Amino acid sequence: MIPLDHVILLSAILFGIGVVGVVTRRNLIVVLMSIELMLNAVNLAFVGFNRLWPGQPGQNALDGQVFVLMVITVAAAEVAVGLGIVISMFRNRDSVDIEEVSLLKW
Amino acid sequence: MTAQQVLFYLFGAFAIVSALGMVLNVRNTVAAALSLVVTMIALAGIYVLLEAHLVAAIQVMVYGGAIVVLFLFVVMLLNLRSDAFAPGRGRLQKLAGALLGIALLAQIVRSSVALPEAPPVPPGFGGYRQLGIALYTDYVLLVEIASLLLTAAIVGALILAKRKID
Repeated sequence: MIPLDHVILLSAILFGIGVVGVVTRRNLIVVLMSIELMLNAVNLAFVGFNRLWPGQPGQNALDGQVFVLMVITVAAAEVAVGLGIVISMFRNRDSVDIEEVSLLKW
Repeated sequence: MTAQQVLFYLFGAFAIVSALGMVLNVRNTVAAALSLVVTMIALAGIYVLLEAHLVAAIQVMVYGGAIVVLFLFVVMLLNLRSDAFAPGRGRLQKLAGALLGIALLAQIVRSSVALPEAPPVPPGFGGYRQLGIALYTDYVLLVEIASLLLTAAIVGALILAKRKID
């Protein structure tokens, strides 16, 4: 039996790595990948907690896994739009450095 | 330690190492995207160990297949010069980012409680049949909203990546 504490711990570690990637990297594509990593960490927590409360025989409780499917859907949409933004930014600025698009930063 | 636990720690180590490889790899974006694939596949293995079989299959197909291929496609399409990713941010900002990540991690670990042992799963748990029943009865509105969202994302990505609107 897998210890669920360690599943949640692994999820926290992956989320922390994702946060560090978003905060420290300059390449917009890698920042998007780090966001994907954070979404995956949250998915792992969902699946782990769903394993802790699986419901009764004949009446499964699959809410966590349904939410994982929804998160995957939203992540796919987010990647499509995000990479569209990357392409149009590269076309206009000839770079994917996020320091180039800091116009809205105070 | 049972075989399941050995596999779990193995997959977990793979996931952490390749995630670190993705974030710390400054030179090569293609290698970072391939590290992301390893993380996704390792997580799919952990999903199988947690009895989420359909979610594991979808993880491999959507994340390991579609999303990372999209990343690789864009990286190779843009033909980035190597100096486009060269020096990262300032040393102070990197340190601040690392400290922020460690503080967040420490807070999560500190507030986590010991979880009880997982109960045995009911028959059919995590299979396509039970998950499909849940999706098309309790969560049918969510499925409809997801279809709307995907349509909007397709149109938005096309408009954004189009060369010129004329």
